[in-house]
Amino acid sequence: MDTHSSRSSFSPSRTLPSMDRRTLLKTLGVGAVGLASVPILSGCTGGSGPAGGSGKSMTFGSSASDDVPKRAYQAVVDAFQKKESATVTVNTVSHNDFQNKINSYLEGSPDDAFTWFAGYRMQYYAGKGLLAPIDDVWQQIGANYSDALKKASTGPDGKMYFVPNYNYPWGFFYRKSFWAEKGYTVPTTFDELKSLAAKMKGDGIIPIGFADKDGWPAMGTFDYINMRLNGYQFHVDLCAHKESWNQPKVQAVFDTWKALLPYQDPGALGQTWQDAAQFLGQKKTGMYLLGSFVTQQFTDKTVLDDIDFFPFPAIAVEGQDAIEAPIDGLLLSKKGGQNQVAKDFLQYVGTPDAQNVYYSIDNSNIATAKGADTSKFTPLNKKCADAIANAKHISQFFDRDALPAMANNVMIPALQSFIKDGTVDIKNLESQAASLYAAQ
Amino acid sequence: MPRIRKVRRLSTRDKIVLTAMVAVPTLIELIFVWLPTLFSIGLSLTRWNGLDLSDIHPAGMANYQYVAQDYPPFWPAVQHNILWLVFLGVVATPLGLLLAVLLDQRIRGSRIYQSIFFAPVMLSLALVGVIWQLFYQRDHGLLNFLLGTAGTPAAVDWFGDSKVNIWAALIAATWRHSGYVMLLYLAGLKGVDPTLKEAAAIDGANAYQTFFRVVFPAMRPINIVIVVITIIESLRAFDIVYVINRGTNGLELISALVIQNLVGEGQVIGVGSALATILLVISLVPIIFYLTRTFGKEAKEQ
Repeated sequence: MDTHSSRSSFSPSRTLPSMDRRTLLKTLGVGAVGLASVPILSGCTGGSGPAGGSGKSMTFGSSASDDVPKRAYQAVVDAFQKKESATVTVNTVSHNDFQNKINSYLEGSPDDAFTWFAGYRMQYYAGKGLLAPIDDVWQQIGANYSDALKKASTGPDGKMYFVPNYNYPWGFFYRKSFWAEKGYTVPTTFDELKSLAAKMKGDGIIPIGFADKDGWPAMGTFDYINMRLNGYQFHVDLCAHKESWNQPKVQAVFDTWKALLPYQDPGALGQTWQDAAQFLGQKKTGMYLLGSFVTQQFTDKTVLDDIDFFPFPAIAVEGQDAIEAPIDGLLLSKKGGQNQVAKDFLQYVGTPDAQNVYYSIDNSNIATAKGADTSKFTPLNKKCADAIANAKHISQFFDRDALPAMANNVMIPALQSFIKDGTVDIKNLESQAASLYAAQ
Repeated sequence: MPRIRKVRRLSTRDKIVLTAMVAVPTLIELIFVWLPTLFSIGLSLTRWNGLDLSDIHPAGMANYQYVAQDYPPFWPAVQHNILWLVFLGVVATPLGLLLAVLLDQRIRGSRIYQSIFFAPVMLSLALVGVIWQLFYQRDHGLLNFLLGTAGTPAAVDWFGDSKVNIWAALIAATWRHSGYVMLLYLAGLKGVDPTLKEAAAIDGANAYQTFFRVVFPAMRPINIVIVVITIIESLRAFDIVYVINRGTNGLELISALVIQNLVGEGQVIGVGSALATILLVISLVPIIFYLTRTFGKEAKEQ
C-alpha cells in the first residue's frame, strides 16, 4: 500500500485522514466535554425583558406554554391590566426549558413575577435569597387561603413567598359504571384495598393501572404509602433529607408497597401514564393512582363523565388527612420585589376573581382561593376540590418536595428497579442522598 | 560579486495570512474545545449547585468516588457501552462492509439501494424514535404482530423489559451505523486501483482472495478511520436510548448519564463533570491510537 501512496502531503490519502482527525476531535469535544460547559455558558445568558419600575409596568415569565393554560394566564393578565391600567409584558417559555434553566434564569435577569411550584424547590430558591418575600401581599390575601395552602407558601425563614393559583389532587381514579356492574366498593383502608385488588385479579382484571416508563409516576405511590405509614411531616423531612433514608421507617414503605406490587400493572416499565389512562378508560384496569390530569386523556364524554375519584386509603397514622396536591402559582424574583405593580399582580392572582378568570379557560385544575366560583365545577372536580379542602396537609409530590437531583437521578432508577424485582437498597439511597444534598 | 541576497520565500502578506490561518482555528479549538474541557475537569473536583460562583466548594475525588461506589447506574452503563462497542464491531461494521461490497458490483439500481441504506443516518432523532416505536411497540407494534403475540399476555415488551431492550436498541443502532460504514467503504472501494484487482485475477486469485488479500489491505486508511469511528460511535451512543426512555431501566449509557447529571432538573454539576471527564479519558484511548498511527507513520516516511 505504501508503495502506491505518494509522499506529497497533498495527496488525497493524506488529507482525508487529517480532516477526519479534526472532525473527530471536535465531535468528541463538543459531544462529551462541551456539555460540561452548558451550565457555564448558560450562566452568561440572562433572561430578557425591559426593567420594570418606571410607570405602571412589569414583566411576567410564564412556563404555561401549552395552549389552554397559556390562554388562561393571558386572560388573567388582561383582566389585571384592565383593572389596574398597568402594562404586563408576558414572556412565555416552554415549560421543560423553563424548569431546566431556572438556575440561570434566577441568577441572570429574571422577570418580575414568574410561574413556579410550592414545595422544596420554592423553599430552596427562597433560602438562596433569589426570591422576594411578599408578607405585605399575604396580609391582603391571607383570608382567601386555607392553613395548608398558607403553610405550602411559606419559605424556610417563615416569610411568605408564594401565591397559589391552582392545584390538582392525586388519588385513585376509576369508572363508576364498571365498579357498579362488578359490585366493587371504595376501599378506605389498605387491607380493604388489598382484598379489593385480589377480587379484581380473580375477575381477570389488572387491579391497579400503573405506568413508569418516564420514571416519575411511581413516586406518587411511594409518597402516599410513606405519608400513610409515617405521617406528613416525615415525608417533608425525608424529602429535605432531614431524615435518613437508611432507617426501618423507609424500609417499611417498600415492604408495604411490595404487598401491592403483584396487583399493579406488570407492564408498567414499558408504558407512559397516557397509555395507562387508556387502559383505565377501556376497563382493562380497575383503578389508577394518578393526578387528576388523567382526565385529559378521556376525550369521549361518556367515559369522562363515568370517572370517579377516591383518596388513597388509610394505613397506619393520620388516616387520610394528607393529600398529594401539587400547587402551581406565582413567585416574585428578587428584582420584582421592588416593583409595586408586580406585587399588585400577585395579590390579584390570590383573589377568587382572578382564579375564576383562570378557570373559565383552563378547567382541568382546581382554583385554590376560597370563594372561587365552584358552580361550574363538574361533579368530579367538586369531589377533588373537597378532598383538597378537607385535607389537613398538602404534599407537593416527591419531585417538588425533594431536591430535583434526588428525584431524577436517584429515585427514578431506584423505583424502576424496585418495580422490576421488589428489592431496594436503602443504604445506597442514603449514601447517594448524603452526597447530593451536600452539593447544595 | 554581488552579495547574494537571501531569497525571501514569504512576503509579509503571506506571513499575515499564514499566521491568521493557524491562529484562528487554534483559538476556536482553544475556546470551544479545550477551555470547556479544562473547566469540566476542574468542576469535577468540586461541589457546586450551579447558582453563585462563591458556592463552588472543593471536593477532591469525592465525585469520582460517588460515581464508582454509590451511583447504581454507572457500572451497568460501562457494561452497556462495552456491549455496544462489541456489537457494532462484530455485527454492524462488517454488515456495512458487506453492503458496500455488494453495492460496488454495479448491480442494477445500486444508487437506490445506497440511498435506502444511508437514509437512517440522515433522519432526525424524533423520526427515529417514531419509526422504532412503530416497530417495537408491545400491543400494536409490527414486530409483535409478525410474531403473532401482539395484544396477548405473551407479547414481549421490547422497550420496557430490561432484559431485551438493550438488544432492541442495538438493532436500531446497527440500522444507522451500517449505513454510515457502507458509505465510507463505498468511497474506499472506488479509490482502490482497479489494476490491483486485474493483477490479482491474472495471478489466479478467486474473488474471496482478491478481496481479503488485496482490496481490503489496500483500504488501510479507510479501515483505520472505520475502527476509530466505530469506537467513537459506541462511546457517543446516546440518541437511540434517549428517545426510548432517556437511558434508564436497562438502557444506561455513560453519555446518557452525563446528560442526566449535567442538563436539566437533575443537575449535579460535580458528578456530571466527573462522568464527562471519565468519558473523555476513555475516548482519548482511540484518539491517541489513531493519531500515533497516522503521524507516527508520517514521521517514519520522512
